[in-house]
Amino acid sequence: MSTAIVTVKEKLIHFLLFTCALISIATTTGIIWVLASESFFFFKEVSPFAFFFGTRWSPILVPTSFGVLPLICGTFIVAVGALVVAVPVGLASATFLSEYAPMTVRSILKPTLEILAGVPTVVYGYFALTFVTPYVLQPLIPNAEVFNAASAALVVGVMIIPTISSLCDDAFRAVPRSLREAAYAVSATKLEVSTRVVLPAAMSGVVAAVLLGLARAIGETMAVSLAAGMTPKMTLNPFESVQTMTGYIVQVSLGDTPAGTIEYQTIFAVGMTLFMITMTVNVVSHRVMRRFREVYE
Amino acid sequence: MTAESAFEPRLAQRRRWGKVFAVACAVLSLFGIAVLTVLLVRIVSEGWPWLTTKFLTNFPSVLFPENAGMKSAIYGTLWLIGLTAITSLPVGVGAAVYLEEYAPNNRLTGFIHLNIANLAGVPSVVYGILGLAVFVRLLNLGRSVLAGAFILSLLVIPVIIMATREALIAVPQTIRQAAFALGATRWQVVRAHVLPSALPGIATGAILALSRAIGEAAPLLVIGALTYVAFVPEGPLDAFAAMPLQIYDWCDRPQPEFHHLAAAGIMVLLGILLPMNAVAIGIRAWHQRRKVW
Repeated sequence: MSTAIVTVKEKLIHFLLFTCALISIATTTGIIWVLASESFFFFKEVSPFAFFFGTRWSPILVPTSFGVLPLICGTFIVAVGALVVAVPVGLASATFLSEYAPMTVRSILKPTLEILAGVPTVVYGYFALTFVTPYVLQPLIPNAEVFNAASAALVVGVMIIPTISSLCDDAFRAVPRSLREAAYAVSATKLEVSTRVVLPAAMSGVVAAVLLGLARAIGETMAVSLAAGMTPKMTLNPFESVQTMTGYIVQVSLGDTPAGTIEYQTIFAVGMTLFMITMTVNVVSHRVMRRFREVYE
Repeated sequence: MTAESAFEPRLAQRRRWGKVFAVACAVLSLFGIAVLTVLLVRIVSEGWPWLTTKFLTNFPSVLFPENAGMKSAIYGTLWLIGLTAITSLPVGVGAAVYLEEYAPNNRLTGFIHLNIANLAGVPSVVYGILGLAVFVRLLNLGRSVLAGAFILSLLVIPVIIMATREALIAVPQTIRQAAFALGATRWQVVRAHVLPSALPGIATGAILALSRAIGEAAPLLVIGALTYVAFVPEGPLDAFAAMPLQIYDWCDRPQPEFHHLAAAGIMVLLGILLPMNAVAIGIRAWHQRRKVW
């Protein structure tokens, strides 16, 4: 092949690969553009103040009211509940994996934990609805409703255990050996080394992991829409039926709403709120993680 | 004298607490696996009697759950994943190759990196909203398999890019330098040396990404994919059902028969996904063991 053809071919390939990389930017631009433009029409009908600070969400039943706070409340009760399950379990697993487990146990346990993240979320929804609520929650708390935030929180928590344990494990293992050895040299026990030396040294990695888990829990859709219910309300009782932002989007999608109606536009306004919240949590998490990496590299 | 009496090592007590802590950590790290076991046992015990050949070859039925099957959902998922693989793998691997092998170290590249990391954290339901506005309405693809596959592609491309990048970074610089020294062009270096060396890592990432796409239901729900479909798609523009959506629909019905159907459907879905995950993890383990550099 002559040099000219090779050069042209090389340039063409370079350009094609560059286009592939640009698709990610196009996706982000598309998401922001779609959410912003449709929300714009929504906010012509409903004032942003009434949307972000209203405490009643009733988009269909007259008198309609578009206060998003009940959906945010539902989302956070599920997400915080998920963290209550996933943070202790995730941290304990990470401590066990990085400080205690022998190599063979570790090489089996870590991939097995990853399976938890590979199970589709609709399967967790089935489990929450047909097992956790009737056979675990209702015997313990008799007045738990059929749809409740607690069962959703529990399964979402199980779902994000691998996210938290795997990232915390990485953070623990990045703590230099010398710190541990210094503590052992002054006769600290393994418990003291794990909790008072390794954990504080890896704290920003742990915080980043928890935030990533939180973002996943906030955006979780299928399990939550099956198990948590469809009743938007301002409550802190996890045994009542609530509705999350994602659950609302699913509810409208199932209802075959015609484009252009205010109900159709609510998907985009709620979607934008969800996107902004998860994006903020993710960005903070990445910031924290980068700062953590700088410390030991 | 005073210093001596003020310090009590209490070693026995501290070691006792240490043992309690060690046991607690070990037990808690088994918690997730215990839940997984209960989940699998529950699904098999509920779904096994309903998992018949009829279940695999019949169309869904709202009136007669005992005759319902997931033929349309199985076909729909095969179509979706085929199309998703065709569109997402070249783009994802291409983008990663650009970022690792071609991209200059400038602000645009940095921005793309940051952007991909953020995209990976966007909830899947938001991708559904994007797809509803762009593919279903703007490009007028309707609620077709193609629209569904495009959305799943956008969803998994960041995952594929990140996995491929890790595989490319692990290829030692010396391999590239040796090829360049013999006069190879950049593309020749990538195609003949870097990509083959990175292939196991890329394969692992690709399988995990596609298995995520198979289990994904939320974005398909948002574009209005149907749950009651009594035909199989014959072209990319046909309407479709998908396995996770069919399972969702059965879960959502109050009658217990449908919950049995959901359990049987989950058995089929996990019967596909768990081996895929096992193969991916197996490739990674095998590759790590025989790594020469």
